[in-house]
Formats: sequence, C-alpha cells, structure tokens
Amino acid sequence: MEGIQKADLMKIKPYGDTLNDGMVQMSFTLPVPYGDEASEAARQLAEKMGFENPAVVFSKDLGVGYTYFIMYGKCTHTVDYTNIEVPKVTMEYMEREEVEEYIKENIKRDVVIVGACTGTDAHTVGIDAIMNMKGFDGNYGLERYKGIEAINMGSQVPNEELIAKAIEVKADAILVSQVVTQKNVHIANLTQLVEMMEAEGLRDKIILVCGGPRISHELAQELGYDAGFGTGSYSNHVASFVVNQIVKKMS
Amino acid sequence: MESKLNLNPRLIDSARTAAGNIADDVQNFIDKNTTVTVERTVARLMGVDGVDEIEKPLPNVLIDAIKEGGGLAKGAAFWIGNAMVNTGKTPQEIAEKVSSGEIEITKLKIADENKIMEAVYDTANQMVERIKNSRAKRNEYLNTLGNGRKPYLYVIVATGNIYEDVLQAQAAAKQGADVIAVIRTTAQSLLDYVPYGPTTEGFGGTYATQENFRIMRKALDEVGEEEGRYIRLCNYCSGLCMPEIAAMGAIERLDVMLNDALYGILFRDINMQRTLVDQYFSRIINGFAGIIINTGEDNYLTTADAYEEAHTVLASQFINEQFALKAGLPEEQMGLGHAFEMNPMLENGFLYELAQAQMAREIFPKAPLKYMPPTKFMTGNIFRGHLQDAMFNLISIWTHQGIQLLGMPTEAIHTPHLQDRMLSIENAQYIFNNARDIGNEVEYKKDGIIQKRAQEVLAKAEELLKDIEKEGMFDTIQKGKFGGVKRSFTGGKGLEGVVEKDEKYFNPFIDLMLGGAK
Repeated sequence: MEGIQKADLMKIKPYGDTLNDGMVQMSFTLPVPYGDEASEAARQLAEKMGFENPAVVFSKDLGVGYTYFIMYGKCTHTVDYTNIEVPKVTMEYMEREEVEEYIKENIKRDVVIVGACTGTDAHTVGIDAIMNMKGFDGNYGLERYKGIEAINMGSQVPNEELIAKAIEVKADAILVSQVVTQKNVHIANLTQLVEMMEAEGLRDKIILVCGGPRISHELAQELGYDAGFGTGSYSNHVASFVVNQIVKKMS
Repeated sequence: MESKLNLNPRLIDSARTAAGNIADDVQNFIDKNTTVTVERTVARLMGVDGVDEIEKPLPNVLIDAIKEGGGLAKGAAFWIGNAMVNTGKTPQEIAEKVSSGEIEITKLKIADENKIMEAVYDTANQMVERIKNSRAKRNEYLNTLGNGRKPYLYVIVATGNIYEDVLQAQAAAKQGADVIAVIRTTAQSLLDYVPYGPTTEGFGGTYATQENFRIMRKALDEVGEEEGRYIRLCNYCSGLCMPEIAAMGAIERLDVMLNDALYGILFRDINMQRTLVDQYFSRIINGFAGIIINTGEDNYLTTADAYEEAHTVLASQFINEQFALKAGLPEEQMGLGHAFEMNPMLENGFLYELAQAQMAREIFPKAPLKYMPPTKFMTGNIFRGHLQDAMFNLISIWTHQGIQLLGMPTEAIHTPHLQDRMLSIENAQYIFNNARDIGNEVEYKKDGIIQKRAQEVLAKAEELLKDIEKEGMFDTIQKGKFGGVKRSFTGGKGLEGVVEKDEKYFNPFIDLMLGGAK
C-alpha cells in the first residue's frame, strides 16, 4: 500500500479525487447546432486548450443553432507554486472600533472620504455596502464610523463631478465602485479618473481606491490606484487601508 | 379568497384607505402641473417624430420652442392645434418648420377655440385608434397563440446592440421565456430626450428607441408564432422620459413596462415633482394600451435590509396601487414588485420570504405580482447562487406570483451569457412543474412563524401609511423613509422641466385615454 502522496509544489495541477489527476470541470457554448458534430467540436477544442481525454458529459440545444456543453478534462499543464507572487494590500485589518481609535490617536481630525459609482454604472450595491450606515452582512458602513465623514455620491457620477466634490470637501480619499461592466468599460472609466486627477495635480494628495467584483488589487495598481478591493471586502478593510495611508503620508 | 395567513381585513382596509388619501394629496399637486416630457408625449401622440440635423428629436425641438415662447402652461396640444388651423399643415410638418425656423409657433395668430379643438381631436383620435388596434392585435395573438402559464418567465437581454439582443431574445424564447426585457443602457434614465433610430452601442444595455422597440417586437412575434406562444416584450418607462416611452411602447405594442416614480426619486435622484407628474400620464397611457406595469419596490431592499424593512415594500405597494387606480390602470395590469433579498444565512429566512410573498398575493389578489430574484447576496459562487434562485422559484410557484424575473447564477459577475439564461429557465421550469399545486395543498400553522411574520409586517405597514398620510408623501420622502434614501422636494434632476398649468391648459389624451377604451 502506498501512502498518500504529497503534492509537488513546483508542479501543481488540478485535483479531482487523486493527486495530479488534473481534473477540470468547465462549461461553455459553441455557435453550432446541437448534435454529434457539436460535441466533437467541443471535445477537439478542449484538446487544443491542453486537456487530455476531454469528455462532454452533457450538452443541450440552446435554440438558434447554438449548443451548451458541460465537460471534464485532464489538465496537462503545471504551475510552480513556490514562485508565485501576488501584490496585496499587505496589512492587518482593524475592526471598526480600532479604526476609530486609530484616527483619534494618530490623525486627530475627521477623515473625509468621498465615494461613487462612476461612469455609466448604476449599481450602487458595492459602494452602499462599504459606505452606507447599514453596511453589509453585519458590517456597518463608513457613515457609522466615528471620525470618518463619508459622502456617498451614488450612481452614474461623472469623473469630473467626483473630482469636483473631492476638492470641495477636501477629501482624504476617493472610493470608486464599478459593479456592472460590459466590454471592459470599467477599465477605461477607472483609467480616465486617474488621468484627470493627475492633470489636476491631485493624484499624490488624495488616496485613490477602487472596488468591485472584477477588481483585484493587482489590477488597481496597474491602473494607478493605491488599492483595489474585490468581492468579500468590507468597510473595515477599506477604512484600515485609508487611515494607514493617511498616516504614512503624514510622516 | 380565505386568508391562509389569518390577516386582519380591517387592517388591510385601513392601510388601503390611508394609501388612497396619500395618493389624493399628491394627485392635487399633479393636476396643477405639466412637464416638458408630458408635452413631448402629446406631440409624439399627435404624430411628431424624427430628429433634426444635430440628432435632436423633433418633439424636443418643438416643446423647447413653445417653452421659450412662454407657452408651455397652455400645453403643446393648444399650440400644435393653433398652428394646424393657421397653416393647414400636419403636426409633423409644423415641427419641421419650427425646427428650420420658418414658424415661430407661439407667435402665430390665435385661432378660434372650436377650430383648434376640432383639429387637435381629429389628430388625437387617429392615434388613439392606432393604439386600440395595437391592443387588439395583442388580444388576437393571445387568443390564437395563447401564452405561457403564470408565473411568466421573465429574462433580460442587455448586449447594447439591438440586433444581438434579437438573437439572445429569440434563443431565450425558444428555451421557454415568456417575457423578454431589453435592459436600457444605464445612462438613459437621466437623458431628457429619447434617442432615435436603431442603435448598436450601449453599456449594460440597449437604448430604448421606438425603432428598437419595433425591431424587437417583430422578432418576438416571429419566434412566438414558431413556438406557438405569445412572447411579451418589456422595457423601462422610468427616468426623465416616462410618458414618452409609454407612448412609444403603446404604439409598438410593448406588453410590460417598469414604471415607478418612487424608484426614480430614490435611486436615480430624479426630482419628485417632475417624476410624479410624468408618472401619472405614463400610467394613463399604459393603462389604455393594456400594458402591465412593474413597480420597483424590490429596489428598496438593495439599499435597506429585506427583513427589517419589509413593511416599507408593502406600504409602497399600497401607494402604487392607488396611483395606478387614479390613472385608470386596472388591477390586472398592476405588476407590483417585491424581491427575495433576505440574507440567505438568516435562520428561517425562507419562511419569512414565503410569508412576504403570500401576504402580497392575498392583499393584491388580482395583480400580476412581479417577483425579483436574489441579487444582493449573490457572491460569484454560481453553484450556491443557482440554489438561492431555486428557493426563490419555489416560493413563486407556491404563492402564485405573476411575473418571475429569473435569477441568474452569474448575477454579480456579468450580464447574462446565453447559457446562464438557459440554466435559469431550466431551474424555474423544473420547480414550477414539480411543485405546481403546492400552494393549494399546504396551509400554514395557526399563529406559527409564517402567519405571525405576515401579520407583523402588515401591522407595521399600516402604521407607516398612517404616518405618511399625516405627513404627506413629499415630506416622507424628504425624511428618507423609503429605502433609507433622503431626497428633497426641490432637489434632483429635471425640476426645470415642471410648469404650472394655465387654466386654458388641455391634454386631449388624458381625456381620451383615462379609464380605458370608451
């Protein structure tokens, strides 16, 4: 009897029920009519993607000559886990009370944060979860924090208006939310804000944070933001980051 | 219908009376005012369409000219009628001449009042006839093709390109969808004009234009005939152009329209005076055209907590019912909204959702209630999301909801892919079929969790409505009692488009359409 094999971290691949079996489940649609030829096309495509023994376990006619597939295949590629580097907001997050205390101790004035869902995006779920009194999932929003003046401008705010507001209220930080995006319009929109702030000479003065389901910290930094917060982020994460940055800028 | 929830009928009556008084109070305000979009709608219904050389819609050109000439308080119909008597031209020709500067519409000699009325009503009657025919055509389809069983399966398409939308809509209809909603491009609600022609660019949705309506209507009729089932078309009669969109939808035979002033006030920051006046005329048109309206109560729960604020949803449904009745819109066309938005981690959350949905069913027995899926607690875990949608579907079939906006497992990730829609339709069809008569079989325990919850929500809603009755609707909104959002009487977008009516004001279409076909 062989013992349980340990994963080789230099060469990891997906796990189904046996180490290194490479099992991946996937689903997609092809613009071809339902039938044996469609399934064969899906199988060949999966092979080209680098899957061994790909199998169509289910397919369904979507009408209008399109077919949907659920497939399994064995991934042939591996990744060196020991060499992975992911830029992250590297800090210990504080709880709300700790943030409040931190502001009192270290900043000694109210922190002003302006937030908005910008461009064409009308979905305020994200910015509301972070900023509004009520917050989300038991985590109160920034409006509830003592020592933080939170201004939520709502949806479809043009970048110009957001910047104007930030200047008017002397904001320490700007939060931008992008929830529903299509054809990567959020990238163009986020980039435009950075460019406009640079043109106004504000970029170094104001902490710039973005968030949304399609946003990662890495993407945010690439676009010229100080931080990016994806799904699963709460107000205290954002607040911790902002107050820390303020103190860093003060020193 | 016997109450399965043991609801107190006196409380329901009291809530309804309070809502009626609230609506009366607002109606007094509405009756004194008109708006630029109401008048553009009159122009459209009299046959004005098209754009000028800078793509500005002619209804805007015409109404702006009347407004600048200081004549809007008399209403567009008066000026168009006067110009018709003076020039012998059609409203469209008049608008073109106003656009080219050949006519200063408010400077023409004022003709005999009877002649103006005659000209206006002759033209208006033609359009009313056309909308009647459009309604008759729908009834003919419903009688020959039939339609899906309730709850109707409602899915959205949102590619930005009307031709791509057509492909997705036809696929969805083939998979079993009953209602296709073409989501609007997200910035459209704040435009104070309706774009023109077919469009192929939009973000998060496709422009609502009359031509786009026509293209999609034709496509759905085609696929409906193939499938042997009438497919309903839905769009958004909200934002700054409510009645204009209603008019376009009435002409092009849309079947369902999102239509809720309160939604615009709270979530798009549209001025409350403006949008309540707009809503009234838009609901008259929707009512006359046989269009089901959908109200937006579900949206409160995206900003407020669905468990704690459930009574605000019910209170708003009561108010929306009264506003709709005032506009002559029958109960059978009132798709009052609510949503499955409680935190899925809440113990017995399913029971509370069930109580809410059953309560809405009992209080508004004839309304094709529009039930909205979970969105706020969708996480990107498409597998759990699919289960949440299944729970939502179960409540819908159990409590006989009217229109089921299908939840997508990929909510919070992207606008639906082709297969997402199929998976959602399959989910709903499976559950609707598998539990078809559960609502007729199962009763609720007396004084159990479900009954008590519904009774509590009703009691709180009644209390809230009585408060609003005292304070007035406008003050209530200013205090942030709906959705936790505060809006001021003079704030928000579109106030400059509100004009107090002159005593000579008239709108022939209110006269001809209010209260349905005569």
